[in-house]
Amino acid sequence: MTDVVSTATRPGQSATSEMLRRLPEFLMIWVPLLLSAAHLITFSIWTIWISFTPSTLVPVTGWVGLRNYTAVLASRNWQIAFDNLLLFGTAFVLFSLVTGLLLAILLDQRIRGENVLRTIFLYPLAVSFVVTGTVWSWLLNPGIGIEKLVHDLGWITFKFDWLVDRDMAIWTIVIAAIWQSSGFAMALFLAGLRSVDADIIKAAQIDGAGPVRTYWRVVLPTLWPITITVVVVQLQFAISAFDLVRALTNGGPGIATQLPALVVYDLMFQRSQLGRGAAAAVLMLLILLAVLLPYAAWRYLRRRQSAHA
Amino acid sequence: MQHGVISGDGSLRMRDQGFAPSRALIYLVVTLFAAAYLAPLVVVVLNSLRTDEEIAQSSMIGWPQHLAWGNYALAWSGFCVAETCAGIRPYMLNSALITIPATIFSTLLGAVAGYAVSLWRFRGDVWVYGIVTLGLFLPQQMRLLPWTIVLRDIGLINTLTGLVLIHTIQGLSFTVLFCRNYYIAIPHELIRAARVDGAGFFRIFWRIILPLSSPILIVTVIWQFTHIWNEFLYGVTFTTGQQQPVTAALIALSAAVADIPHHGVQSAAVIIAALPTLLIYLFGGRYFVRGLTAGAVK
Repeated sequence: MTDVVSTATRPGQSATSEMLRRLPEFLMIWVPLLLSAAHLITFSIWTIWISFTPSTLVPVTGWVGLRNYTAVLASRNWQIAFDNLLLFGTAFVLFSLVTGLLLAILLDQRIRGENVLRTIFLYPLAVSFVVTGTVWSWLLNPGIGIEKLVHDLGWITFKFDWLVDRDMAIWTIVIAAIWQSSGFAMALFLAGLRSVDADIIKAAQIDGAGPVRTYWRVVLPTLWPITITVVVVQLQFAISAFDLVRALTNGGPGIATQLPALVVYDLMFQRSQLGRGAAAAVLMLLILLAVLLPYAAWRYLRRRQSAHA
Repeated sequence: MQHGVISGDGSLRMRDQGFAPSRALIYLVVTLFAAAYLAPLVVVVLNSLRTDEEIAQSSMIGWPQHLAWGNYALAWSGFCVAETCAGIRPYMLNSALITIPATIFSTLLGAVAGYAVSLWRFRGDVWVYGIVTLGLFLPQQMRLLPWTIVLRDIGLINTLTGLVLIHTIQGLSFTVLFCRNYYIAIPHELIRAARVDGAGFFRIFWRIILPLSSPILIVTVIWQFTHIWNEFLYGVTFTTGQQQPVTAALIALSAAVADIPHHGVQSAAVIIAALPTLLIYLFGGRYFVRGLTAGAVK
């Protein structure tokens, strides 16, 4: 280790001493990179393998084919979780896109206090989902939150009890998730709006388009690549959402707000069904790939196009 | 962003139409949104200063009648979480002991690896780099069981060291990506010249690269700190009782007080737990946002 900073290879130096000299840098580069890469590959294969074994309390060898998958897919828990994911994913992504775009457009109107507003819209992202979920569970709790406040103010018949309503509870997660992460969409959209080529705008204005028209027809259409990125990132969050739900509803009432990540955790660590838990995790990965692979293909094609252009 | 940023007297913005009502509407809408975003924070801060009786008599939303600072003392060191009555202080300490080392290790190792991948190039670097960045996408659920088994085998289950190890290795996906994308813009000639002068891998890193790195290191440190501090799933899976990070303790706290509400103290605990990342955000917001967009655009 002592000659790490020694000078370059002198002629006649043996291959062994050269290797020894460069050992620290090889270790510093390769150990972390290989550990990281190896854990990603082996852990994925490992989990996939467990999903094909009859493991329950502890991992065991053996082969049960797709039995864990059919069991998970047939369970009410997973079916509810999957339906919830479709609803939550769609509603959350749509609303946070709309909110984020609206905020970005408004902030782009050269208004006063833009920095303060941006700080306000983005601060929820710095807070953990556990905190967000806990706080929203208070606000949305009909006994102590918004409903109680409105009752105390005199409107006795007011009802806002989604948190304890089986059919509406999933919307409380949508609300909290939008509150937490629409600022992210805003930040990306705002960056997009700020980088629109000034020449395009000038051209539109020379053609006689007014400011509002230019904005709608020329500026906003440039945002669609960013929109796709935002959708993919938000979907990725929705698919693996765990902390927020755990803190806000814990899957309840009953299993009304179950989501795939909660099913995985439940199977693995509460019901000791490791094989099924691993199968549910692999199903989660497949859902994620259904989003990410088209996105990767799209990015690849776009990069090739711009390389040719 | 190298294209003309529309600013200054840019002739585009709708304001230039000059009709005041639409300006007023814009301000009204952003103010309403700002209020909605701030409301939960304001509610919790106010609650943290109200007594439990006061909250029980009305609702979670209200103005403190007299400031109950005692909530903070109780939340910090007196309150009972799962049979131990030491407040959330031990869990805050746990979170700090996990987050700070893991942030430092993952940032340093990520910087060295990012530097090697971008400026030295070696056999197989593209492959290794590609696989490492896949870690941005692989769900935690795919790694839960293997980590459980590995941690048990090496005797690190239910230890802070185990979580430091996990967060260091997993954090590399982000830190290598951030640093590599930053270093790739450094001219290769700089490195070549230094090598001709006889400087080796580490000397170049130390003398040339590191002095250029402060922006990306700040982004990386803020990103890692925020993520590890806020992480919950691994904390709750791999540790129990006194070893848990503060996010897991907050959940345990909610469960513990479900019968007898102590919302004032709980609010104070929530504020304390959220404070480190909130402060970092307030002071390093610019870098925080840069990390956010860098992580997204990849």
